[in-house]
Amino acid sequence: MATKILKKPETFYERYERNPSADKKMPHYCPGCGHGNVHKMMAEALEDFEVDDRTILISPVGCSVFAYYYFDTGNIQAAHGRAPAVATGIKRAHPESIVISYQGDGDLAAIGTAEILHAANRGENITVFFVNNAIYGMTGGQMAPTTIVGQKTTTTPYGRQPSNEGYPVKVAELISQLDAPVYVERVSLMDNKHRAKARQAIRKAIKNQVDNLGFSLVEILSPCPSGWKLDPVDSLKWIEEYMIPNFPLGVYRDKTKEVQPYSFTRFEPDEEEIKKQLGITRETEKTFPKQEVPQRYQNPEIKVAGFGGQGILLLGAAIAQAGMLENYHVSWLPSYGPEMRGGTANCHVQVRETEVGAPMVSNPTVLIAMNRPSLEKFENDVQQGGIIMYDNSLIDVDPGRKDVEILPVPATKMADELGNTRIANMIALGALMGYTGLMSRETLYESLHAAIKRKRFLEINRKAIDKGYEFGQSKRV
Amino acid sequence: MAKLLMKGNDAIVRGALLAGCRLYFGYPITPASEIAEGAAAYFPKVGGTFLQAESEVAAINMLYGAASGGVRAMTASSSPGISLKMEGVSYAAGAELPCVIVNIMRGGPGLGNIAPEQADYNQVVKGGGHGNYKLPVLAPNSVQEMCNLTMKAFDIADKYRTPVFILADGYIGQMMEPVEFPEPVMHIDRKDWALYADAESKHNLISSIFLDPEELEEHNRKLQKKYALIEQNEIRFETFMCDDAEHLLIGYGIVSRILKTAVEKLRSEGVKIGMIRPVSLFPFPKAIIAELAGKVKNILVVELSNGQMVDDVRLATEFKTPIHFFNRMGGVVPATEEIIEQVKLQLLR
Amino acid sequence: MATQVLTTPSVTVEPELCKGCGLCIDACPPDVLAFHKKFNSKGYHYAFYLGEGCTGCGVCFYACPEPEAIVVYKKGYVPEANEEVA
Repeated sequence: MATKILKKPETFYERYERNPSADKKMPHYCPGCGHGNVHKMMAEALEDFEVDDRTILISPVGCSVFAYYYFDTGNIQAAHGRAPAVATGIKRAHPESIVISYQGDGDLAAIGTAEILHAANRGENITVFFVNNAIYGMTGGQMAPTTIVGQKTTTTPYGRQPSNEGYPVKVAELISQLDAPVYVERVSLMDNKHRAKARQAIRKAIKNQVDNLGFSLVEILSPCPSGWKLDPVDSLKWIEEYMIPNFPLGVYRDKTKEVQPYSFTRFEPDEEEIKKQLGITRETEKTFPKQEVPQRYQNPEIKVAGFGGQGILLLGAAIAQAGMLENYHVSWLPSYGPEMRGGTANCHVQVRETEVGAPMVSNPTVLIAMNRPSLEKFENDVQQGGIIMYDNSLIDVDPGRKDVEILPVPATKMADELGNTRIANMIALGALMGYTGLMSRETLYESLHAAIKRKRFLEINRKAIDKGYEFGQSKRV
Repeated sequence: MAKLLMKGNDAIVRGALLAGCRLYFGYPITPASEIAEGAAAYFPKVGGTFLQAESEVAAINMLYGAASGGVRAMTASSSPGISLKMEGVSYAAGAELPCVIVNIMRGGPGLGNIAPEQADYNQVVKGGGHGNYKLPVLAPNSVQEMCNLTMKAFDIADKYRTPVFILADGYIGQMMEPVEFPEPVMHIDRKDWALYADAESKHNLISSIFLDPEELEEHNRKLQKKYALIEQNEIRFETFMCDDAEHLLIGYGIVSRILKTAVEKLRSEGVKIGMIRPVSLFPFPKAIIAELAGKVKNILVVELSNGQMVDDVRLATEFKTPIHFFNRMGGVVPATEEIIEQVKLQLLR
Repeated sequence: MATQVLTTPSVTVEPELCKGCGLCIDACPPDVLAFHKKFNSKGYHYAFYLGEGCTGCGVCFYACPEPEAIVVYKKGYVPEANEEVA
């Protein structure tokens, strides 16, 4: 049934109680301002589609900063230019909402260029109404990104000059270059016929979202009689004469017939599923008994160093993992910052009876040096009575220290003999534990499960630990 | 639940998800990218969304939008990224939106470097953006706390309708320690002020605009009352060997770990020294610091900055106790021995 | 009082909600709207319906930026009790 009466849409509040002005019935816009027309067309469409209860309108910064006075919908007021980002956030939080980002030219095409471009590019399922009046109204008539060449504003008192200010930004054209948007049209409010088209475009852009089709943007060439210093009727002529040649009207993108509607399903896993998905459940809650450790080897502060690719960080992590399994307090800290560059790697591991304080190890009790530069760099830092373990298949100099225990381990050579150079780190791990008795072999095997991602490598790493452990044991003093 | 060895940055992601956070908006930056990467991996697994934003500015505004919807949401970044976010943080504080922001601090000013500093204390603890606001700031010093304080941050955010910061550094983010994970939060109360895209909530408005000066003043007074309440209820700190201490060390985050070891070593040499670590930086644990200050001969504050928290210590103690200061900057982290040397030089002379 | 089906379309302009921009007057195809000589309380010469000739086309409704200054009643509309249709 055709509408028999045209009156204020119900999507508008009966009274604008949020407006601090004494007049709660009349909007704050200047006489003849196009925002009112656009508001009315939007409100009518939201009512007709019966979505006003689930609509959330984002008010921008600019003259329409107070759009939330009028719309009896959910309302968010956003920072300047950020409405499309805010719209993205609320839409992602509530996918069933109808989210409208309402923006002026300064908001959308200057300070908020990045936000609109990327919201469009992601194909956010939102609707954007871009009111282009070629001027900053709210702040008193300064140049907008869409101010046309030659147009006088308070900040282009001699007219916009391309040599200084560039050219008007063509938003509909820009957005329609992206793949994701489903609907982009530029319309105007300059006369009855064009207003009718604008109304249809506004309805379509909202309907697209109701149908979950994706991103729609309608650019509306709209009068600003106050900013242009013209009377309202002459403003319409100004649109026709000056704006249309710069901003050609038309549909720039319409994929509404081609696209598949968005679908979203809620996935709300239960507690057990959450824990499983987060990888914080363990199949077994194994712990391993602590070993009888000679006092001089207790509470080791370990530094592991070598070159990238030797599995230095993994070696350290395996020690920490094993320590945790034996109920020690542990920490593992990788070399951090610029040190990480240049192919050298080191990490700090603490295994303690009591809580770990500083996780960094500047004076280790145990140094595991897997290449010569590492040995040379850290040898002198080792505490008196500590251990220097080094890979003597790669390091052809002997540590000069006489006040520490020296444990040469041909880790790389032994790894080669097992058929994989890359397991030298696990040989070193085994050797240290075999030598000091700090942790049991069973603990080390278990630590592999957490440290080694690919299960098919478990067996060879286990062998490496065995080999290293036996070697270490044979060198005990 | 069994303990798991995990990096601090990963523990933040797990903590957020266990707290019921299901939306993450972020932009990559070292040394916080691992949080974004972890979020990208794990948020979708439990029905959440990870979105890499086009900028830090967009990320914080997406967070603003999501928080308007009454859901738990977060972002994380590092110092230069946090500077960019501050506009949105101010808006969120003004509009009273609960959300969690993680700052894994790096060296500054400007591009600085990616090594750990504590130079964002003033920016984050004093507000950071424009206007009369403050934010609860929690400073973890262990991987366990990266998880637990992230969860706590969401509770505080919801309870007081405020953004909450986690202020940490690259060391805590990168290091691995055993973590015992709490049970997941399965229910988050509906918020009567938020927008749920339904008839019941549609009259709600999320805004920081108060055009009338008297109204804005009233709003500001309301905010200040809220901060006063937070100061009453949300002070967190840890003391270590303070009972008979004659000297006091103060530091937060990674520094406090070093101070702890220094205290242990100095105690073994017979020095009566203790440490206090602020866990909440706002609210700052003024009362306990003042109390301890009254008992000790002198205090050494250690920071990885030009001396920012030390001002709050001075205010807390009202200058009644001699306050000494030691710092490293640029990403240099002092060794325990350096702290011990400073104690001997500045406190024990 | 029995309701009556409207046989001639009509339009009303609420004087206190009109800002006198003149867009409806400019838009009206049959030219049946005009500025009133009087000012409203805001100081605007408000628009008003000349009293006959409205076709109910609705053009003025969309030309008017104000939410509820203009109401257009089309042929066949059934007014509510007490509703004044000019």
